[in-house]
Amino acid sequence: MTTPVLSIKNLVVDFPFHDEVFRAVDGVSFDIMPGEVVGVVGESGAGKSMTGSAVIGLIERPGRISSGEILLKGERIDNLGEPEKARLRGKRIGMVFQDPLTSLNPLYTVGRQLIQTIRTHLPLSEEEARQKAIDLLTEAGIPKAAERIDSYPHQFSGGMRQRVVIALAIAAEPELIIADEPTSALDVSVQAQIIKVLKKLCTNHGAAVMLITHDMGVIAQTADRLVVMHHGKVVETGTVGDIIRRPREPYTVKLIDSIPTIERKEGQIATATPANDDTAYVQVKHLVRDFELGRGSFTKLLPGKVEMFRAVSDVSFSIPKGQTFGLVGESGSGKSTCAKMIVGLVRPSAGHITVDGHDIWAGGAGHQERRKRVQMIFQDPYASLNPRWRVKDIIAEPMRTLGLARNKTEVEHRVAELLNKVRLDPSVMRKFPHEFSGGQRQRIAIARALSSQPEFIVCDEPTSALDVSVQAQVLDLMSELQSEFGLTYLLISHNLAVVRQMSTSVGVLHNGVLVERGPTDAIFDSPQADYTRMLLDAVPDISKVA
Amino acid sequence: MLAFIARRLLQSVIVMLVVAFIAFLVFRYVGDPLANLLSQDATMADYEEARERLGLNQPFYVQFYHFVVNALQGQFGVSYRLQQPVSQLILERLPATIELAVASLIIALVFGVFLGVYTALKQRAFSTGVIMTLSLIGVSLPTFLIGIGLIYVFAVELKWLPSFGRGEVVQIGWWRTGLLTQSGLRSLILPAITLSLFQLTLIMRLVRAEMMEVLRTDYIRFARARGLSQRAINFGHALKNTMVPVITITGLQLGSVIAFAIITETVFQWPGVGSLFVNSVAAVDVPVMAAYLVFVALVFVIINLIVDILYFIVDPRLRDGAKSGR
Repeated sequence: MTTPVLSIKNLVVDFPFHDEVFRAVDGVSFDIMPGEVVGVVGESGAGKSMTGSAVIGLIERPGRISSGEILLKGERIDNLGEPEKARLRGKRIGMVFQDPLTSLNPLYTVGRQLIQTIRTHLPLSEEEARQKAIDLLTEAGIPKAAERIDSYPHQFSGGMRQRVVIALAIAAEPELIIADEPTSALDVSVQAQIIKVLKKLCTNHGAAVMLITHDMGVIAQTADRLVVMHHGKVVETGTVGDIIRRPREPYTVKLIDSIPTIERKEGQIATATPANDDTAYVQVKHLVRDFELGRGSFTKLLPGKVEMFRAVSDVSFSIPKGQTFGLVGESGSGKSTCAKMIVGLVRPSAGHITVDGHDIWAGGAGHQERRKRVQMIFQDPYASLNPRWRVKDIIAEPMRTLGLARNKTEVEHRVAELLNKVRLDPSVMRKFPHEFSGGQRQRIAIARALSSQPEFIVCDEPTSALDVSVQAQVLDLMSELQSEFGLTYLLISHNLAVVRQMSTSVGVLHNGVLVERGPTDAIFDSPQADYTRMLLDAVPDISKVA
Repeated sequence: MLAFIARRLLQSVIVMLVVAFIAFLVFRYVGDPLANLLSQDATMADYEEARERLGLNQPFYVQFYHFVVNALQGQFGVSYRLQQPVSQLILERLPATIELAVASLIIALVFGVFLGVYTALKQRAFSTGVIMTLSLIGVSLPTFLIGIGLIYVFAVELKWLPSFGRGEVVQIGWWRTGLLTQSGLRSLILPAITLSLFQLTLIMRLVRAEMMEVLRTDYIRFARARGLSQRAINFGHALKNTMVPVITITGLQLGSVIAFAIITETVFQWPGVGSLFVNSVAAVDVPVMAAYLVFVALVFVIINLIVDILYFIVDPRLRDGAKSGR
């Protein structure tokens, strides 16, 4: 029997605080064989990233390994001193982080960072290291690597940067790569490419991979074996096919069930009404938004051609009352700009938006109308709630500014009612946002959106910052509220599965142009536009494994 | 980048014109200049004649135009108190102030950056606690107290260093330097330390805060995960990323050190522009005050320009922003 590349035995990681000890990793054991890809899944806080940090020896203070062993090719590495550990990093264990936008030093060219890393580990001259860096970049799929090597990180797109990060991680031919959510910050279509690159490079260089992710779809496509973690413990291990088809533990079953699938669900909401109807509740007609590029205050005064960037180009759709319109597209496709114009935060360059017959941008009465009827739920529940305000004040603010409630007791009564509606205990109204989890915060954000009694809510990526199981709960809540209040939703998401599950009709945005529009089933089952087909193909889906 | 610098230059010109205007108002309307120029028993006819000769009866904008044109040629009139051209007075004393300011800034930068990095890397060390506590004292003690204290210890009690003046100076062209003689250098030590203490603690605390922030970022974690040496991470990757705010503050501090070295210059009787200004205020020497105002503005504008250019050198993201014209 061959020795495993990595062998973790009863690993325990503790974070001692003043009066208590938080156990982040609790007795975790698993092996990774040479050339094997092992997926570690779990929700946030499951201890999967902490396990990765423990292996590479980068646990943040005050955390420490309290017991257990970590063996690399049969040698114990968890009890090594800091200089010995530093010698392992990069050389024998490489790591890829989640966010390619922040993992590269912005002040140095990618070439310099690569050469520095290569020369730290391998006895090469400057020119040899440079040649190797170019080879690595080419291998990672960066076109014209020899020219681009002297570019700075900000001159690359997110997907390209992640390729650079992978090239950096494998620069010294490590035996083990730890990839911590390597694709979570990327678009679906890019995601697929990065997974391919990661897998290809690891096969070529014979590295084993510990793939940490919350996305079952990514694992299903990439990994050989699966380790499911929950609350710091390993819940289940097995081959990917076995676990996805025949999960044994209730937690695994729950985790797999909560993943929205792109396949059609039985009992889907009835057929959508025709998409461009003059009597529809929300109508968006020929919406255009241009941004001026590169004009400072001084040069603006000078005559000359203004460079324009058309973020949204002639987008039209309509949403009948009580239904959900899903707007999908990758980052930069203009979907958030659309959302901002529809809620009245960004002025359209041309086009009309009417809600219940009122023009949103008409000014005066229309303005007031908009603020009452149209609300928005934002993507990041950590950033969209004022951290210095109590929950009560956050939810009550729309009522106060719009004069919907007269006195204190009435406001408090309404806030309690709203909290009940979003399944939170009314007693939490005295707390501050930081005392809640991501899912609970998003509920608070929903309660705030509901507090002006709107009829139309724009949801900009409402669940993309949340764990899968929490995402399922929030989506369920949104559906229930929709049927209870007859709400109309505009759901903006890059997650096609979420859109399929929630919406009656769908629009696909690509570079500001609505390439396709129609009833959800029609689009998902027989997409017409090439772009839509490409998007659908790129979605990692666990059902493909089965 | 050129477009950016051109735009900044244009903005600087506007700033200078506004300051010149204020200086002109001070010059022209704080008291009647003629009252200072003519003797007590001058007649009304003398006044009229002087008014005509000095152009004071011309329209307001013409006078301002002449003021700007003269200022551009370095002419700010004649000091009431010393009866010498103001520009000559300032130029004579400028080397003293610049030498003092630069010396103190170098002390502040070297020790400030070093101590800042040290205390950021060794956050839990006992020495860090000591340095941080001492730096609080450095910030809170007023400059004159530190100056007097240093004079008492090193000049009066220990008699190691002179307590006032510049010592012997050497003339190089119009620049009178104290850096080439031993007594000049010895005289520089105490005032430079006094002037640098506040900047030193400021830079140190700034570097420390920025450094701690940068050390938490993903790219530093990633650099460690790639196995780079501690030195390469701390001084190559981390320190350079702390530099942008440090450059900003240091630039502004150099401006205020040159412009407002007044207290230190007074305590050590340092013959620089600061002490010239204090004496001129006491004597209501309006031309000197007006010229000093313009001079200080010029110092700040030039330093800001340099700081902006330094940003470009340090941060490549800005260079690209400039290409697209922003």
